Amino acid sequence: MSTLTESFATAGALVIQADPQLLGIVALSLKVSLTAVFLASCLGLPIGAAVAVGRFPGRRSLTVILNGLMGLPPVVVGLLVYLLLSRAGPLGAMGLLFTPTAMVIAQVVLITPIIAALSRQIVADAWREYEEQLRSLGASTPRAAFTLLLDTRFSLSTAVLAGLGRAVAEVGAVMIVGGNIDGVTRVMTTTIALETSKGDLPLALALGFILISIVLILNALAHAVREWAVRRYG
Amino acid sequence: MADALLALESLRFDAGGRTLIDSVSARILAGRRTVILGPNGAGKSVLMRLMHGLIEPTAGRVAWADCTTPVQAMVFQRPVMLRRSVLDNLIYALSLAGVTHVERTTRALDVLHRVGLAHLASRPARVLSGGEQQRVALARAWVLRPQVLFLDEPTASLDPGSSAEVERLIGVIAAEGCSIVMVTHNLGQARRLADDILFVADGRITEHTPVADFFAAPRSAQAEHYIRGELSWT
Repeated sequence: MSTLTESFATAGALVIQADPQLLGIVALSLKVSLTAVFLASCLGLPIGAAVAVGRFPGRRSLTVILNGLMGLPPVVVGLLVYLLLSRAGPLGAMGLLFTPTAMVIAQVVLITPIIAALSRQIVADAWREYEEQLRSLGASTPRAAFTLLLDTRFSLSTAVLAGLGRAVAEVGAVMIVGGNIDGVTRVMTTTIALETSKGDLPLALALGFILISIVLILNALAHAVREWAVRRYG
Repeated sequence: MADALLALESLRFDAGGRTLIDSVSARILAGRRTVILGPNGAGKSVLMRLMHGLIEPTAGRVAWADCTTPVQAMVFQRPVMLRRSVLDNLIYALSLAGVTHVERTTRALDVLHRVGLAHLASRPARVLSGGEQQRVALARAWVLRPQVLFLDEPTASLDPGSSAEVERLIGVIAAEGCSIVMVTHNLGQARRLADDILFVADGRITEHTPVADFFAAPRSAQAEHYIRGELSWT
């Protein structure tokens, strides 16, 4: 219990002092994960909509695969991206291993299936309601998919947020491809893992609380936006 | 004798191992209001969707006069509004129809004036009442300047006041020379709106006559049964 109270005090102190090292870690975490979420959304939302609306062979299997990939183990993704980016790997020449870019790549691989699978479900539900009307108006399949993405935008924020939650909270992938280098690739989760193994529990817990707070605040904001949108647009 | 608008040639439609529409042949006349009547599950809606091209016939064909598909629109029992303003719903339909950017807004506003919804133009469409949404759906169909307007039980879920307004609008649209094809269960509505009655039972057309003849002296036993059954409830 004393560890918990102590860590609260430490967390408060670190935040109030705006400790530059702490801020750097939090900022890098957010930068990496937000970039990954942006890129994964650019990929995942169209993929989800295409699988929901498109009529092509293998659509059913693709749905199953997407849903299955939602549960990709971060360490395995980290390992695969590591092999891809390591000196001997196919993309080794780019020298990306142990950089924030490598971490972004690993997180994109990790969360694109999550965003794609969740948005497929949301768009498919809407498609059931809209299909006849949109086809009656002469919408092509790509146009219909785009319209549905736009029309379900408030529900899709849930899918994007699920991706962000996963990205910012995972440790396995960024640890492997980032290397947890102080000041370069050290993010909240890897710091927590490191400080815990060193025995510095208060700092680890303090970071943990900050991490949870960030996730909660983002979700609360998104929830508020959705509530407002439903009242405003139905 | 009026010109044919479209001819149904030995139309058949199978789904799920059942024949829903069986060897249907008919000529729908241009510039007239054709009402499709028939018991539940007779295939009225399926027949209309075949005419509109939302589904492909298993056999036979829908042949338009002059071999050119006319501008057509459809209003469904439940209006599907896009999550945007009333005006933008109309503009969306016009953009899919390939109407130039500059023309869209003027045309949309003009039609909204004519259906008495101009004051709702900037309101989000999905928060309107059911009656208002159905009138927007009619406006969205009318703005396309269709030569044929299909209506699938457009007043089935509306209160009497909204129904009367929708019927009035259908009359106005028909008066402009647009051919109307409508499915309804409301015999009073059929009497008020129809020029011709197309009676469907068990996937076949049993009767295709002017409205006065249909109600005065139905030729088929099913139709007679249907009229008596319906009237006993009204």
